[in-house]
Amino acid sequence: MFLEVLGITVLWIFLLGYVIVASIDFGAGFFNAYSLVTNKNHILSGIIKRYLSPVWEITNVFFVFFFVGIVGFFPQTAYYYGTVLLVPASIALILLTLRGSYYAFESYSGVTGHKGYALMYGLAGLFIPASLSVVLTISEGGFVQLTEVGPQLDYNALFTSPLTWAIVVLSITAVLYISAVFLTWYAHYAGDNKAGMLMRKYALVTSLPLIVSAIGIIVEMRRTGNWHYANMVDLSWLFIVSGILFLATTALLWLKDKYGFAVLLMILQFATAFFAYGISHYPYLLYPYLTVHDSFTTTSMAIAIVIAFIAGLCLLIPSMYLVLKLFIFNKSYASGDEETHV
Amino acid sequence: MDQSAVFWSRALTELTLSFHILFATLGVGVPLMILIAQYVGYKKNDAHYTLMARRWARGFTITVAVGVVTGTVIGLQLSLLWPQFMELAGQIIALPLFMETFAFFFEAIFLGIYLYTWDRFQNPKHHMLLLIPVAIGASMSAVFITIVNAFMNAPRGFDLVGGELINIQPILAMFTPAMPTKIGHVLTSSYMTVAFILAAIAAYRLLRGEDHVYHKKALSLMMKLGIIFSLATALVGDFSAKYLAEYQPEKLAAAEWHFETEAGADLIFFGVLDGEEVKYEIRIPKVLSFLASNDFNAEVTGLNEFSEDEQPPLITHYFFDVMVSIGVLMIFVSFAFVFGKWRNWQWIHSRPFRWFIVLSGPLSLVAIEAGWWLAELGRQPWILYGIMRTADGATTATGVEWLFIAFAIVYFILAIGSIVVLRRMFKHNPVEKELAMREGGGV
Ligand code: HDD
Ligand code: HEM
Ligand code: HEM
Repeated sequence: MFLEVLGITVLWIFLLGYVIVASIDFGAGFFNAYSLVTNKNHILSGIIKRYLSPVWEITNVFFVFFFVGIVGFFPQTAYYYGTVLLVPASIALILLTLRGSYYAFESYSGVTGHKGYALMYGLAGLFIPASLSVVLTISEGGFVQLTEVGPQLDYNALFTSPLTWAIVVLSITAVLYISAVFLTWYAHYAGDNKAGMLMRKYALVTSLPLIVSAIGIIVEMRRTGNWHYANMVDLSWLFIVSGILFLATTALLWLKDKYGFAVLLMILQFATAFFAYGISHYPYLLYPYLTVHDSFTTTSMAIAIVIAFIAGLCLLIPSMYLVLKLFIFNKSYASGDEETHV
Repeated sequence: MDQSAVFWSRALTELTLSFHILFATLGVGVPLMILIAQYVGYKKNDAHYTLMARRWARGFTITVAVGVVTGTVIGLQLSLLWPQFMELAGQIIALPLFMETFAFFFEAIFLGIYLYTWDRFQNPKHHMLLLIPVAIGASMSAVFITIVNAFMNAPRGFDLVGGELINIQPILAMFTPAMPTKIGHVLTSSYMTVAFILAAIAAYRLLRGEDHVYHKKALSLMMKLGIIFSLATALVGDFSAKYLAEYQPEKLAAAEWHFETEAGADLIFFGVLDGEEVKYEIRIPKVLSFLASNDFNAEVTGLNEFSEDEQPPLITHYFFDVMVSIGVLMIFVSFAFVFGKWRNWQWIHSRPFRWFIVLSGPLSLVAIEAGWWLAELGRQPWILYGIMRTADGATTATGVEWLFIAFAIVYFILAIGSIVVLRRMFKHNPVEKELAMREGGGV
């Protein structure tokens, strides 16, 4: 009991980490493409590059960590989700592959590509969260049938469900919003006020569809009498905290004040909503077939993984600190005064 | 069982792994070579070696990116294409897979720092030290993933009672009989391959008329390392064969077309098969017995001891021969070069010999592919040796053939893209130009 809750909590924290860092990356790609179209590219590209270049591989590892960890703690998820996600996950993988390698090809080679590629790159960054987010919809139940050959996904039901589309819209707006809030701060921190003001504008513009789609999901769940909705009502205080944090973040942006603090509030906003969502989903990993308890690995494996995890963290935390110190909280690097690329 | 899903799952796994392994091998070996070059540059205070490290690191950014994205693909594809297998294996062997992600984290973090902090440290030694965690992280990812593969060949650390897994011991599952030789061989062959690839690049530049000492130094350094690692690869390869003779005799027997159990078995090189008759082969008397157990007269188990449906495909023979031939050839090439340089033989600087060195890079990669095809096909029909058959591990979902086509296109784009980008990267920035530019300010 304790171990499975610990396991899912650790995984959920890392997934939250991935959502934040990957959103910054995906959103940055999109804003870069958008600014190309609107001829504001010169304002943004420098700041985006300096943030992304040293960290994109680290972002990717967060994702790998999550899917390796979930198979480790809950091996049965490999069977259920592995079978039903074949197509959506493969699409996400292809996009991730093309996007990741294109990024490296362009930014490390010093050879700038075609405008068309940059646009594709920006759009791919929105399709990836969209295709990954269907996992959340599937986990709500009702889209998977157990047949004698194995679990099967009902694509028709999935693509005609309003819930699917509400979650897709939320994932895309969340990506843009997270990215814009972060880059607003990073640009100001680097002393690049022009880029900062542009990102601030984008952050404020995306905040509206974000909150509308979030509320839309809750309304849709209530309408369909979803099992999950009842649990969410019990946790409504946590959702309300998240809403207040959201308002506080946008207020700071509006007042052009304390951008760093705004980033912190934004992260807390997503953390509370993410955990409220996750806790109310408990104990199901895939409703109604898979729970955290019956899919859990053996105790000996769980203990071994937890020990490995703690040992891993002892290596990871100091090294992450070093990265933050060198590239994120480092004025002269962020502003581009230092040219120290290999 | 849907045979088409099994077929295409196998095909897609083969495709992804065969592609990933090329970049993964570079990923394991290149950081070590950069570290060595930078160390030599630091010790001898020779800017040429430091520049080598810098240029290799620049090229590495491209191959590492492709390694990362294809690795992410195979990591998720294991669950997508082999859900039953991962459900079962996940219960026993998840630990090293999990530890591998920490190795990735470690490598990714320090590589990011290393690449973006050139000339930022007061003391260049500190910058060089950043490479140690990169090299360790890369080699450890190979170690952990190879532990998983070793487990697939020699499952240990659990009991199977009436279809139920009990008594699971994660640590024991990591230390299988296949593990020591597999790890040793995978690491040494990766280092060897990268040494020959970097030597091949230097030889190619010399052939194209860039008569700069920079390239001569690179060639000579890599050839010396080439001897060490190719000898080590062959030695551990010999141990691998001994492991097979004891634990997976049918794999060795299939790879050697050794049908009847006999003492003093001959080693068969190439040839063609006519029924159970081997024709046109090169036969080395009693050497198979020696390879299998260090004794020219030892008995070697033949393939006919195994039932028809447990015999691996016989084509593995050619993979084995290709790998071993290349291994032996590489030992000769590097040895001839280093010995010849010491004795001042002029022919090692001749064009034909340099072309031969150029060939040694791609040939090493061919040996890597051949080795994996030998190891993985030779395990068939098992996905988990003696426990689960490959056909029972595959997905039950349909449409895998379309994904195969889609991923094949993606890998094609990646292959072309990396070649084009790497060529442009170095063409616009030849060694002479960069040396002149960095003159004065140090490298
Ligand atoms: C540069 C690459 C390279 C070279 C020159 C060699 N090998 Fe190799 N070999 C590999 C690269 C490799 C590999 C890619 O690393 C494999 C695939 C799976 C593995 O464990 O290592 C492998 C597997 C492998 C196996 C199967 C192990 C198993 O399935 O468990 C044997 C018996 C050998 N090798 C033996 C040799 C011998 C006797 C060589 C003599 C020169 C040799 N290899 C050269
Ligand atoms: C931990 C490491 C590995 C795991 C878990 C693994 C898993 C698998 C699986 C599930 C299959 C399917 C069985 C089949 O297709 O018949 C397979 C086959 C195969 N794997 Fe591995 N593999 C590993 C390492 C590698 C590596 C590094 C390579 C490098 C190229 C490789 C090459 C292959 C090939 C070529 C096949 C096809 C064999 C066939 O034709 O059936 N494997 N492996
Ligand atoms: C089934 C087999 C394999 C799986 C599932 C797998 C998985 C992965 C994953 C997920 C990554 C990306 C990590 C990141 O995001 O940074 C990766 C990269 C890497 N893999 Fe593989 N891998 C396999 C086989 C191998 C083998 C056999 C080796 C070594 C011989 C290897 C060596 C590496 C290395 C060194 C990297 C780091 C990237 C690079 O330096 O190119 N992998 N692998």
